[in-house]
Amino acid sequence: MLTLFLILFPAVAATLIFFLGGERAKQAALLAALAELACAGYAFFSFKPDASSQFAFDYPWIGSLGIRLSAGIDGISVLLVLLTGLLVPFIVLSTFNRTYKQPATFYALMLFMQAALMGVFTARDGFLFYLFFEAALIPIYFLAAMWGGDNRIPVTFKFFVYTIFGSLFMLIALVYLYYQTPPTAIAAHSSAIADFYKLNLTPQAENWIFWAFFIAFAIKMPVFPFHTWQPDTYVESPTPATMLLAGIMLKMGVYGLIRFILPIVPLGVETWGKTAIILSVIGIIYGAIIAIRQRDMKRLIAYSSFSHVGLMAAGVFSQTETGMQGALIQMLAHGINVVGMFFVADVIFSRTNTRQLDQLGGITQSTPKLTVYFMIMLLGSVALPLTNGFVGEFLLLHGVYTFNHYLGLAAGFTIIFGAVYMLRMFQKSMFGPTTSRTESFTDLTTSESWVFIPLVVMVFWIGIYPHTFLKVTEPAVANLMKYIGTTAVSMK
Amino acid sequence: MLPIVLLSVFGIALLFLGFMKSKAILLPATLLFLLITLAVNFLDWNKTYLYFNDMLRVNNLAMVFIAIVLVSAFLVVALSGSFIENDEAQPAEYYGIILFSLVGAVMMIAFENLIMLFVGVEILSVAMYVLTGSDKRNLRSNEAALKYFLMGAFTTGIMLFGMALLYGSTGSFTLAGIGGYAANQQGLSLLLYVGLLMLLIGLLFKVSAAPFHFWTPDVYDGAPTIFTAFMSTVVKTAGFAALFRLLSVSFVGVYNFWWTILAVITAITLIIGNLTAVYQNSFKRMMAYSSISHAGYLLIGLAALGAQTKQAIVFYSLAYSIATISAFGVLLLVAQQKGTQTISKEGVSTESFDTFNGLARQNPLLGFAMTVSMLSLAGIPLTAGFWGKFYMFSTAVERGQIWLLVVAVLMSAVGIYYYFRVIIAMYFRDGATEPIRVAPFYKYVLVAATILTLGLGVAPGLLQGLF
Repeated sequence: MLTLFLILFPAVAATLIFFLGGERAKQAALLAALAELACAGYAFFSFKPDASSQFAFDYPWIGSLGIRLSAGIDGISVLLVLLTGLLVPFIVLSTFNRTYKQPATFYALMLFMQAALMGVFTARDGFLFYLFFEAALIPIYFLAAMWGGDNRIPVTFKFFVYTIFGSLFMLIALVYLYYQTPPTAIAAHSSAIADFYKLNLTPQAENWIFWAFFIAFAIKMPVFPFHTWQPDTYVESPTPATMLLAGIMLKMGVYGLIRFILPIVPLGVETWGKTAIILSVIGIIYGAIIAIRQRDMKRLIAYSSFSHVGLMAAGVFSQTETGMQGALIQMLAHGINVVGMFFVADVIFSRTNTRQLDQLGGITQSTPKLTVYFMIMLLGSVALPLTNGFVGEFLLLHGVYTFNHYLGLAAGFTIIFGAVYMLRMFQKSMFGPTTSRTESFTDLTTSESWVFIPLVVMVFWIGIYPHTFLKVTEPAVANLMKYIGTTAVSMK
Repeated sequence: MLPIVLLSVFGIALLFLGFMKSKAILLPATLLFLLITLAVNFLDWNKTYLYFNDMLRVNNLAMVFIAIVLVSAFLVVALSGSFIENDEAQPAEYYGIILFSLVGAVMMIAFENLIMLFVGVEILSVAMYVLTGSDKRNLRSNEAALKYFLMGAFTTGIMLFGMALLYGSTGSFTLAGIGGYAANQQGLSLLLYVGLLMLLIGLLFKVSAAPFHFWTPDVYDGAPTIFTAFMSTVVKTAGFAALFRLLSVSFVGVYNFWWTILAVITAITLIIGNLTAVYQNSFKRMMAYSSISHAGYLLIGLAALGAQTKQAIVFYSLAYSIATISAFGVLLLVAQQKGTQTISKEGVSTESFDTFNGLARQNPLLGFAMTVSMLSLAGIPLTAGFWGKFYMFSTAVERGQIWLLVVAVLMSAVGIYYYFRVIIAMYFRDGATEPIRVAPFYKYVLVAATILTLGLGVAPGLLQGLF
C-alpha cells in the first residue's frame, strides 16, 4: 500500500497546487516533496533485503483482459524509488531564488512528473509500466517547452517525438508478450512482468523483441547513436527540468534494460548483447571526447551524462552480477552528481548570466562554499575513491572487463576522460583571473547551500559505506541472474 | 425498433417547432429528443430481436453503436448554439435533418438485409449532402456539397451493383443467407468476390479510407464546422459498425480472400492520411486528414478480424468521436471570436493553426480541452485514444500481422507531429488572444468530453459491461 501512496500522493498534491497554488506554490511543492521523501526513505530503510516485492498493491484494472493495477518495490526498484524521492525536494529547493512565471503550473508539473516516475519504477504490470513510461513525458515536455530557452519549441518537440517513437515499438513487444502468456484463472492472458519472465520464446521472436525494447530504452538513456535529441534538450530546458531529465528520467532506460530485456529475452541478449555493449562503449568515448571540447557548462554536463550512462548500459549488458549491481548503485550516484553539477551551472548562470567557460574565471576568490561543494560533486563525478562515483564505476568496469577484456579497457577511458573534462571545467570557471562577469560574484545563499548539503552527504555515504545500498539490491540481482542465459558469469 | 420510429417522429416535430417565433426552444428540444431516444435504445438490452420482417437485427453490439452515434450527435448539437443568433441559419431544418440522418445511421448499424444497408447509407448520405451545403452563400460550402454529392452518388451506384452481384451469386439479401453460402468455402461463385469488393468500395468511401478519400478534405473544409464534426464522427462510426457486421457475419468464410486487400488499404490509408496531414496549414484540413488516418487505425481491427475486434472498434470509435467533437468545439469558439462565423457571409477561413496562437494563456479551459483531445487523437497514454490504439494493435498482434503494425506505429509517430502543432501554438506561441466568452452550456459539453476522455484513459475497464 505504501507504493500506492508513493504514486498517488505527488499526483494529488500536484492537482491541489495546480488549482490552489497561487503564489505559495513553491513552498507547498517543497512540503509535498519532503513528505514524499520521508515515505521513500521509510520504504528504503524498512525494506527487507530479499528478492520479494514489498509494500505492494494489486487491483484488477481491465479485468476481462487480465491487466492489473499492480505495483510494488523490489530490490531492483528500491534505489530508484529512493533516488526519485530524494532528488525532487532539492530540485524544488534549487528554484527558490528564481522566479518562474505561472508558478502553480510549474510546480504541479514537477510533482506530476514525480508521480509518473514512481509509477515507472514500481509497476509490476507491463502495460502499467508503459503507461507511466509515456505519462512521464507529458509533464517534462511542458516544463521544457514552456519555461525553456529561445530555441525550446523545435528542440523539445524533437525530444518528444523521438522518445514516443521509440516507446511505440516497446508497446508492440509488450502486446506480443502478453499474447504469449498462458491463461490464468481469471483471463486468457496476463500482463504481469513476472509472467513475461517465464515465457519460452522462439529465438527469432527474442531477437526482434530485444530490438523493440532496446530502441525504446536506448533513446531514453540515450545510447549512441540515439542520443541526438539529448544535448539540445538539456541545454534548452530550464535547469530544474534538466535535473529531472538527467537525474531521474534517463534512469528509466537503464531500469528498463534490467527489468525487461535481460530476464525476458536472454537469447536475444546473447545474440545482440555484444552489439549493444559496443554501441555503449562508443557512446562512452564519443561523449567524453565531445565533452572535452565544450564551452557551454550545461552542454558539457549533458555530454558527460551521455558518456556516463553508456557505461551503465555496458555494465548491464555484461550480464554479470557485478555489472548489474554497479548499474543500480551508479544510477543512484549519477543522479546525485548530475543534479549537483547542473545546480552549480545554474548558480553560476544566475550570477553571471553566462555559462560560457571562456567568460568565467576566478570565482573561487569570493566563494569558499561554492568551491567546496562544486569540488566534492566534481570528485564524485570523476569517480575518486571514497566518493559515490567510484563504487559504481568500479563495479561496472569490473563487469564489462569480465565480459570482454578489450571492451573493459576501452570503457575504462571514461575515468581518464571524465577527469579531463570535469577538471577543465572547474579550472576554467573557478580559477584564473576574474572577468567582468565574475567580479561581483556572491557566495551561496542559505537555501542554495541546503540543496548541496544533502547531496554532499550522499556522495560520501555511498562512497564510504556502499553496503547500505548494495545489500538491498543484492538478493534481487541474484534472483534476476537465474533468468539470464548460460554465458552469465557470477561474481563469486 | 423504437429509435427509428422516435427519431423520425421527433424530426418531423422539430420541423413544426420551427414555425414558432422563438428559435430558442429548438436546441433544448433536440437535446431532449436525443436523450429520450438514447434511453429507449437500451430497452432491448441483452435480447436479440429481428424487426420489420427480418430487415433489422438488434443486439447488444448494435445498441452500443447506436448509443455512440446518439451521444456524438448529442454533443455536436449541444455545441451548435450559434445557430440561434444567426439570422441566415435555419436551425429547425438543420436539427430535423440531423435526426433524420440518425435514422439512416441506425439502419446501417442494425441492418440484417442488404437493402436496409443501402437505404441507411442513402438516408445518411443525402442528409450529409444537404448539411454540407447548408451555408448557402458560401462558395466553398456549395462546392463541397456538389463534390460530395457527385462522388457519393457514384460510389452508391457501385455499392448497389455489388449488392446485386451478391444476390446473383448467393440468392439472398440477408446477412445470414450470404454467410451460409460463403461458409461453404469451396466452389464459390466469382460474382461473390466481385460483389463483396464493390460493396466494400462503397462503404470504404463513406468512412473515407484511401484510395477513396479524395472528397474528404474538401468536404470537411467547406462544410460548416459544426457539421464537419457531425460528419466525421457519426458517419464514421455508423460506417464501421456496418463494415464490421457485414464482414464478421457474412464473410468470415472468405476471410483469406479479403483480409490482404483490406490490410493493404489500411496501410495506404494510414500512410496517406498521416503524411498529408503534416503538410496542412488549416486546422480543419488537418482534422480531415486525421480522420482519414483514424479510419486506417479502425481498419486494422477489421483486417485482423477476431475475438478482440468488436471491443476494439467500439472503444476506438467512442474515443475518436469524443476527442474530435471536443476539438471542433474549441475550433468553433475560436473561429467565431476571430470573426468568421460558422455560417459566414464572407466565407474566408481563418481556421489555420495560427488561430490558436497563445490561446491557452487567456483561456485555460479551452486550451486544456483541446490539449486532451489532441493527446487522445495522438494516442498518448492516460487518454481514451491510447486504449483505442492499444486494442487495435492487440487485434493485429493476435493475428500476427506484424508488418501492418509497424506501419501503424511509424504513422502514429508522424501523427504526434501534427497534433502537437496545435498544442505548441496554444501554449508556447504568442498571439493576441482575448478571453473568449464561453456559454455555460458549451463549457459543460467541453468539460464532459474532457472528463470522459481522461476517465476512459485511466480506467478503460469502465466500458466492459457493454460487451
